[in-house]
Amino acid sequence: MKTKRELLTILIAGLVIGIIAAGLVIAGNPENMGFCIACFIRDTAGALGVHRAEAVQYIRPEIIGLILGALILALVRKEYAPRGGSSPMTRFVLGFFVMIGCLMFLGCPFRMILRLAGGDWNAIFGLIGFILGILAGVFFLNRGYSLKRTYQHTRLEGAVMPAIQIVLLVLLVAAPSFIFFTEPGVGPGAKHAAIAISLAAGLIVGALAQRTRLCMVGGIRDAVLFREWKLLCGFVAIFAAALVVNAIVGNFHPGFAGQPVAHTDGLWNLLGMLLVGFGSVLLGGCPLRQLVLTGEGNTDSAVTVLGLFMGAAFAHNFSMASSGEGPTFNGKVGVAVGLAVVLVIAIVNTRKKEN
Amino acid sequence: MIDARGLSCPEPVIRIKKAMASKEKEYEMMVDNQTALENVTRFAQHNGYEVEYTREGADYRLRLYQS
Repeated sequence: MKTKRELLTILIAGLVIGIIAAGLVIAGNPENMGFCIACFIRDTAGALGVHRAEAVQYIRPEIIGLILGALILALVRKEYAPRGGSSPMTRFVLGFFVMIGCLMFLGCPFRMILRLAGGDWNAIFGLIGFILGILAGVFFLNRGYSLKRTYQHTRLEGAVMPAIQIVLLVLLVAAPSFIFFTEPGVGPGAKHAAIAISLAAGLIVGALAQRTRLCMVGGIRDAVLFREWKLLCGFVAIFAAALVVNAIVGNFHPGFAGQPVAHTDGLWNLLGMLLVGFGSVLLGGCPLRQLVLTGEGNTDSAVTVLGLFMGAAFAHNFSMASSGEGPTFNGKVGVAVGLAVVLVIAIVNTRKKEN
Repeated sequence: MIDARGLSCPEPVIRIKKAMASKEKEYEMMVDNQTALENVTRFAQHNGYEVEYTREGADYRLRLYQS
């Protein structure tokens, strides 16, 4: 009967997360972007000046909240367990290219769901690619793919990344002149809910995701691997709740053209999310899950988040990120290189016989 | 004994899934995190095994058996 309770918990959590995500748009976030782990890490990288794309610079409190919310609940539930050492540099590279894939599609798997819930049918191509990427990852998992084991770390080591989040929060509130903020009207970076609302939303969703192990990649992966539907139910609940709220407040605009922060190139939407799905399975979780694990003290996930951060900076510095006008040539090269690198990582870390 | 300590999900579940191909009545397994404990337990229960576990320091020792 424990399973039934778990299912109910994740359904309720999914509904709450979906409502919060749609609510953040009402509170000021860009459309169909209540949450986007990739976009928000990218915006934060921009605010710190690691890239200089003026349209996307803002320290997003949602990211800070997600990590700290997961940390707080993990401490309460005695699940804060600092660990790491499972191929951190490989994870950095995977995180880097997952971000390249996200910025080709213009969203992480979480935003893909929110885009679908807003009627952005371009995300259907993303979803198809995402599923194909997960299947590719599952193929290697079944054949013994592993980034090897983690080891215990000190409590302090696990707390470094959460501590950095507090520094970012201070920088956001203090807003010194060396932090870049997108000017109103210049781009999505200027659209954001009030700091307290964004932070609270992040804290709540981080705690819920920690409690339920919610993961966009894990949902489809576990359904394929083990016929285990729990995580996928969370995914569907987020979609359903966001869809209902969007429909009620008039934020549901079905179609392909003119969707907010999106482009209509189906092939590259598909290939971008293929890279995200494949890379995320090899990492063991989607970008949201990496933030939550970071809060639980997992330094491998913290390194992955740094990979995402650096991927975002490169994507904008080297014109690899798509825009509403479509993908760029550099972006296509980046995704192609990413798919090749991820494939090589999958092959070289797959052993028939473990140990 | 399947030692899945240090491995993060889904790897511990894949290990037990592969081991269960031999259809033994009982398996013993070690994991070191709560998520792996929950996921292995759920998978075993779905496949007709009962699960008991004890804590050993930071690790969990699971006994999966068919009654």
